[in-house]
Amino acid sequence: MENNSFLKGIKDGLPICIGYFAVSFAFGISAVQSGLTWAEALLISMTNLTSAGQVAGVPIIAGGGSFIELAVSQLVINSRYALMSVSVSQKLSKRVGLLHRFLIAFGNTDEIFAVTMSNKASVGKKYMYGLILTPWIGWSSGTLLGSLAQNILPAVVISSLAVAIYGMFIAIVLPAMKKSSNITFCVLFAITLSCIFKYAPFLSKVPSGFVIIICAVISSAVFALIAPTSEKKEEDGNV
Amino acid sequence: MFRPEFFLYLLTMAGVTYLIRMLPLVLIKEKIKNKYILSFLDYIPYTVLASMTVPAMFYATDIVPAAVGFAVAVLCGYLEQSLVKVAAFSCLGVLITELVIKYV
Repeated sequence: MENNSFLKGIKDGLPICIGYFAVSFAFGISAVQSGLTWAEALLISMTNLTSAGQVAGVPIIAGGGSFIELAVSQLVINSRYALMSVSVSQKLSKRVGLLHRFLIAFGNTDEIFAVTMSNKASVGKKYMYGLILTPWIGWSSGTLLGSLAQNILPAVVISSLAVAIYGMFIAIVLPAMKKSSNITFCVLFAITLSCIFKYAPFLSKVPSGFVIIICAVISSAVFALIAPTSEKKEEDGNV
Repeated sequence: MFRPEFFLYLLTMAGVTYLIRMLPLVLIKEKIKNKYILSFLDYIPYTVLASMTVPAMFYATDIVPAAVGFAVAVLCGYLEQSLVKVAAFSCLGVLITELVIKYV
């Protein structure tokens, strides 16, 4: 049993596509405000497909920062994708070959990851290509239009769009918290850690990308030890 | 349209991001059996997204409108609305609050 329909992938990717359009519209606006051209903003979105990394990278590029700084910032902020890719490696059907794994890896974003993992069965390459294609189109076209519309929109609209991406994150986390008290406590633990890193002396100097990794790894590791999830799931899978 | 050094920046940025995503996916082919590692991986997406959102969301714009946007998103998320609806209502909450603060 595996899910390998291109059309199903397109369909599952559609909500992400619309969300990405809104969020990357905001990204396009801020990229042009930082001093990038619309074409530069568009190319960044087409080749990176990552919200937080791009938001951190743009000021470095616009300000003529060093390549080391840019590389390290991406490494730190995006290293969560390595953890997600480990999970996806478990979810992909064994029949997905090496070449396709190289291609599918490009599209491993927070939301595509979340939808991938929400499939009950393992997933095939056609499904993944559909699931990646629609959000990629949304992300790229949103950036293009946002960077072109930057001069037209009033400031109050632009600042309200800044929360769009976080709204999307909350939409992924809350339903999972509702279903599982372990996830609820684990998430609250992660949030507590991340607030400590924001407000405590010394710790507040840790770059934000590192903070995400530290909080996520510590809270997930602690809860994996005190509240393992997989045993139950395996039983469910065998029924 | 492009500054000459832009493409080196682009290559650095996209290259690093891609390698992070690609290496684990290509190198790990066996199914992991250890229940602690599997549980860890189950928790990771939620803890990553949660630590990215709180407290950063409150600083994405002025703190009062942002807090309203947060509350709206949590409510809509709890009601299990779609990603787009949650994001849209959250933005709308911020927009309305900003307008109220500015004009009322």
